[in-house]
Amino acid sequence: MTASLTVFGDALEFVVDERRLILHKTWEHLLLSGAAMAIALVIALPLGLWLGHRHRGSFIAVNVANLARALPSLALIAVGFVFLGVGFWSVALALVVLAIPPILTNAYVAVDSVQTDAVEAARGMGMTDRQIITRIELPLALPLIFAGIRTATVFVVATATIAAVAGGGGLGDIIVNQAGYGLEGVIGAAICVSVLALAADAAVGLLQRALTPPGLRIESRAFEADVTTVSRLGPSVSKVGGHPS
Amino acid sequence: MIPLGAPLAAQGPVIPDFGEGSDCVVENRLFCPDWVRDNWSGTLQPALIEHVKLTIIAVVIGFVLSFGAALLTHRLRLFEKPLVVFAAIVYTIPSLALFQLLVPITGLTVATVEVALVGYTLLILYRNILEGLRSVPPDVLEAARGMGLTRRQTLWRIELPLAVPATMAGLRVAVVSTIALATVAALVVPQGLGYPIFIALREAFKTEILVAGALAVGLALVADALLVLAERALTPWNRSRRAA
Repeated sequence: MTASLTVFGDALEFVVDERRLILHKTWEHLLLSGAAMAIALVIALPLGLWLGHRHRGSFIAVNVANLARALPSLALIAVGFVFLGVGFWSVALALVVLAIPPILTNAYVAVDSVQTDAVEAARGMGMTDRQIITRIELPLALPLIFAGIRTATVFVVATATIAAVAGGGGLGDIIVNQAGYGLEGVIGAAICVSVLALAADAAVGLLQRALTPPGLRIESRAFEADVTTVSRLGPSVSKVGGHPS
Repeated sequence: MIPLGAPLAAQGPVIPDFGEGSDCVVENRLFCPDWVRDNWSGTLQPALIEHVKLTIIAVVIGFVLSFGAALLTHRLRLFEKPLVVFAAIVYTIPSLALFQLLVPITGLTVATVEVALVGYTLLILYRNILEGLRSVPPDVLEAARGMGLTRRQTLWRIELPLAVPATMAGLRVAVVSTIALATVAALVVPQGLGYPIFIALREAFKTEILVAGALAVGLALVADALLVLAERALTPWNRSRRAA
């Protein structure tokens, strides 16, 4: 037991001594995660909002989420590697595929489950479709949309670690290279990745709180406490994505 | 165990050595059926069985722990918040990191893998079981009390059966994501479908990557389907309602 504690001590020492390496790898990690999240958001968010607005495609939205849960991220990265070779973009693409389902499904469910009364009232007031989306549905759906973005972010940051096995860079580079950095390096980088994931989760959580209209804040907290029964589509959609690997 | 060591990029030029094989294998085409045939009983099937074992052990232990914790907090709400926060923090730690963080404590053993996999099931299972227990309508509980059922009888005959759907929903998510996660376990112990994937990644051998990956996905889908059937069998009242 004391031996194991020494390892953790050595690991922290490694992080301090090699802070330039750690910072460099953290930057790579964030760049990879950020690129994947940006692409996934651009694709999944408008699609989910539009499908939810039209109350269409629930079958697709829900099944995409269920299927995605069964995709092992390691296998996905390996397959990306098979088709695109070693490098940033092959890994980024795999991460995009992993990030889309939680964003898409949550956006769909969020907009789809906005009370029809509110939408009808808005239409009665003479609002156009675009106004209904931006002024009624989007604000009301925001907490749930952000829950999806949050899941996807943790997912991507976590999986970017595995990216190292396909030459994607990031902190995983250190973790999978015990021969080069020693056990203290591996443990040190593992600590950094864990902190990074928790920090990313907290950051999106804060952003969510800041962007939620004040009138909805209490409800949004209720949502956090009750993720398992997110919608009438059943608990299967709730914690979309399973574990972020 | 072959050390999985350096990432591809750091290894310099990879000289492919696929041993003696057919033209397809030597040329490393996308999919070689003959390689799959030759390596099914030696590599793929054992990996698949190990994978199932890793998953079952993790989910069973995770379920027992979550079930106990849910029963406890169902009565004593005081413990709910700390348990959820703990489980959520464990859940957020990336698997590759958690496996490595456990290595100094439990070594390069199956125990390391199982501790991590169990840890990841806790949040989903605990929350869903508790949610299920709480979803019982108050009317039903009053009726049970009116019929003279004790607290224990109410739990076993009313609350637990009614909690089955939410529990099964949680179990489905837990099983499917444990199957996906167990592939990463190969970095610690040479077991499960992740091992052939890691080996094949080093040699960039396409067939093995695709087949092992497909097996993992297939296993998850089959397990999910079996759990859906199990849920139907366990909740006959829902079945009749669905038919009506």
